[in-house]
Amino acid sequence: MTVRIDLLPKTKYVVPGNSACAGCGMMIGLKVLGMALGEEAVLSIPASCASVVQGLGPKSGVALPILNVPFASAASVATGMSEAFRQLGVKGQAVVWAGDGGTADIGFAAVSAAAERNSDVLYIMYDNEAYMNTGIQRSSETPKGAWTTTTPTGKREAKKDVALILLAHGVPYVATANIAYPQDFYRKIKRASEIRGFKFIHLFAPCPPGWLFDPSLTVEVARKAVETGVFILWEYDNGELKLNPPSSALVDKSRRKPLVEYLKLQGRYAHLSEDQIKQMEEEIDRKWQFLLRFAQAARPRA
Amino acid sequence: MGLELVPVSRPAPGSGGITGTWRTLRPVVDLKKCIDCGICWLYCPESVIDWEKGQKIKIDYTYCKGCGICAHECPTKAIEMAPEAGL
Repeated sequence: MTVRIDLLPKTKYVVPGNSACAGCGMMIGLKVLGMALGEEAVLSIPASCASVVQGLGPKSGVALPILNVPFASAASVATGMSEAFRQLGVKGQAVVWAGDGGTADIGFAAVSAAAERNSDVLYIMYDNEAYMNTGIQRSSETPKGAWTTTTPTGKREAKKDVALILLAHGVPYVATANIAYPQDFYRKIKRASEIRGFKFIHLFAPCPPGWLFDPSLTVEVARKAVETGVFILWEYDNGELKLNPPSSALVDKSRRKPLVEYLKLQGRYAHLSEDQIKQMEEEIDRKWQFLLRFAQAARPRA
Repeated sequence: MGLELVPVSRPAPGSGGITGTWRTLRPVVDLKKCIDCGICWLYCPESVIDWEKGQKIKIDYTYCKGCGICAHECPTKAIEMAPEAGL
């Protein structure tokens, strides 16, 4: 299914004059979420950039119904909303829109519990790879080697692959998405909302002030992450795991762009030595091999 | 008084102020080069670009923060980032 740009809804779900930084990647994702679900979506947002960008009351910079909830509770709140929708016969999709910290670290127990209950929730983790609104502290989604204010010489630990962890929960739908590919993200939200049960989408969303790059490069950085193989677009649906374009054409390592093309755009990687970059390349390849084995194991059932 | 018992905010422009004042660079569109593809509209994180196919684009400078994503992504380089007056 290709999504034509001119047929996408023109309603402004992200309202001009909000409190997001210039060039915020997450806002592009929020726009696409609105386009895909419209008024059917009811959001549960934990403490995050997403709660800050709404701006000051009594105005809101996001034209979707939102419950701003405590950090660790977003998935539990969404479970409650979906149960209420079911009991009241209201047509609605409970959506969690949470950052990487609110998902992979602080909210993780609630996420795992909602997945285990298979609550009818669409959980979207927008991943800007650190605690951005509090001042760029490392999270478990910060990649190895990246600078943050709490990892001044580069993070020593590897990035946690939350999407694969959620896959292991046995939920019906898990996917990754990237703000540079809004049509792909749109299609995945649409598909996920058709399924009853727990759906998880890991959305890659670059952060200009946190990753130290010019705000005009947000989409470029996100695109380079896919083209160099750092971020892999894939989808697990109905027991089948497959790669999505353009990642599906990058299985052969030689077709990926050199990793430095992604790293050199960002100040957070400026301190890396050639050896460290080589090590990163090897780790990326191991990640691909691991995922491809999963894809091979999770083929459609005959 | 219109006061509400529940603290509810409603969608309205300018929840973060007149954000056009944040701008140091201003996107200037050359409509002759514009091919009406809608890519700038799709990627604009601020929703300040209005677009309908066949009508070309219009930018709301009251709230445009001047990030420059539109200029960077435009396939025909029809948008140029020009320094704001007085800077």
